[in-house]
Amino acid sequence: MGGFLHLYVGQEAVAVGTISLCDEDDQIIGGYRTHGHALAVGLTMNACMAELFGKATGCSKGKGGSMHFFAPDKNFWGGHGVVAGQTPLGLGLAFALKYKGVKGCCLCFLGDGAVNQGAYHESLNLASLWNLPVIYIVENNRYSMGTSLQRSSVYRKCLAARAEGYDIEWDRFNGEDIYEVRARTWKAIQRARHEPRPSVLEIATYRYYGHSVSDANAKKYRSPEEIERHRKLHDPIQLWQKRLLEEGILTADQAAEMDEGAAAEAAEAVRFAEESPLPQKADLFSDVYYEVDRQTRAGRTGRYFFND
Amino acid sequence: MPVITYRKALNDALAEELARDENVVIIGEEVAQYNGAYKVTEELWKRFGDKRVVDAPISEAGFIGLGIGASMLGLRPVVELMFWSFAFVAYDQIVNNAGCIRYMSGGLVNLPLVIRGPANGGTTHSHTPESSLANHPGVRVVCPATAYDAKGLMKTAIRDNDPVFVMENTLLYGETWEVPEEEYLIPLGVADVKREGRDLSLIAHGRAVMTSLKAAKILAAEHGIKAEVVDLRSIRPLDEEAILQSVRKTHRAVLVDENKPFCAVSAQIAAMIQEKAFDDLDAPVQRVCALDAPAIYSPPLEKQQLPTAERVVEKVLSIA
Repeated sequence: MGGFLHLYVGQEAVAVGTISLCDEDDQIIGGYRTHGHALAVGLTMNACMAELFGKATGCSKGKGGSMHFFAPDKNFWGGHGVVAGQTPLGLGLAFALKYKGVKGCCLCFLGDGAVNQGAYHESLNLASLWNLPVIYIVENNRYSMGTSLQRSSVYRKCLAARAEGYDIEWDRFNGEDIYEVRARTWKAIQRARHEPRPSVLEIATYRYYGHSVSDANAKKYRSPEEIERHRKLHDPIQLWQKRLLEEGILTADQAAEMDEGAAAEAAEAVRFAEESPLPQKADLFSDVYYEVDRQTRAGRTGRYFFND
Repeated sequence: MPVITYRKALNDALAEELARDENVVIIGEEVAQYNGAYKVTEELWKRFGDKRVVDAPISEAGFIGLGIGASMLGLRPVVELMFWSFAFVAYDQIVNNAGCIRYMSGGLVNLPLVIRGPANGGTTHSHTPESSLANHPGVRVVCPATAYDAKGLMKTAIRDNDPVFVMENTLLYGETWEVPEEEYLIPLGVADVKREGRDLSLIAHGRAVMTSLKAAKILAAEHGIKAEVVDLRSIRPLDEEAILQSVRKTHRAVLVDENKPFCAVSAQIAAMIQEKAFDDLDAPVQRVCALDAPAIYSPPLEKQQLPTAERVVEKVLSIA
């Protein structure tokens, strides 16, 4: 596996809680830490793992990699590598929904490191100005790469409160409780679908691994104790499991079975990815131009590629 | 045949495509109520209303990105840049998103989007980014030189299923040409010989085509040289065959280009000619580009900074 890899482990309740509220008209787009969102919209582990391995069977045919998973058939529009670059795109998805008269919304995910980019602020202004059904979900895991929130952003109450300047409704809540995530996000979805108005949600969360493979040990800018404390006390999956066990909805055996099932599925995905074919050299030049792929008259007119 | 301005030809193209396809939506600064900074969208808001012709705030990264996102869901946004020089504040959207999304999604996402506007002007408003934008596989770049081409290329661009960047020219907006009333389309990737000749090829795009035509007249009248003028019309895709055909006929080429010389469109053409028509050449390929400094304000010098017919004539006489 090469290139970039930004793991989502620790933030699961955010993607699952929010995306589980979507229906067939709602659209989803995110940044580069979107493996969780891809699985939540229903991409298979096989398709995701094969993409990480750069295989032709990957969800983007091995052309996008870790940061660029796509599944438009599941209303999932990527997977975008440049911080906050997806925020105007999410705006556009919402614009298209409203233009077509569809009562859907767009969930646009970004990290706490994205909130200082101009594209995000331009998006907030346009979202409010044009009453677009977009929900910006700031997954605040407290570190933009190795720079803590305190060293990167100024704010009064919280990052989401900056939305007040754009007359946008905002909310901030804890992302370790999936029920809380769903309940609070639902209000924003209703607002988007029915008014329509945008929202900014800031969801407190935590990532266990480094920003990417570049700081896989992740110990330079935060203590091992901090990570351990989150794993023990704030892990969203463990907390949900505990609650389901206490409520008698889930048994310990069932939980263990689900764990094993997921591990087996992941192991099978690795096997699938390893055994899958690589894209061929000729595949370099497909998926660049629509008309060229289809060899229409337009696609056969003029020179498109300038290889030696 | 009616004679109309380059501006009106673009306006007609936009109006016809708005009427033809309800997914076409025009977005940009001052495009609606103000009638367009250069009046290219004149009367369109009155005719098509708020939904189809949308005034955007000065927020290029925001509304260009919005156009790209909306195109993913099947709209056909035609986004106006008041000047192509403003593309630089939206460069991430244009290059990383419009240019790469189709590829990095494995062909699952299509972006039927047009970005258009003038690519000339004063210092910070006068960049000609066709060379740098055409550097990105995944996008198409066209530079119409006449009203006829502007209309036909714009209509094709709007119907195209990939991002197309149309680069216009404020100095051409008021010029007039014959344009037929009946509908026509011009395919992207087809050059046009604007003047036949046998002694030398002047190869150009955009307004440099007009400069080349002026030079060709002078060359014929004063020097007995019959220059052929090849208008590229489209930069990517590029009509290489038309270029090679002309060079094989005339054996000499001068490339006229309002780009700055380094990595200009003409640099690509020059490389291609020496690679594919080396044996046909009787002289080195020469270029007449914008003089290599930021665009100067002082009007008399500004005129000299861009290729002039005189500079073209001089360059031709150095090899012919």
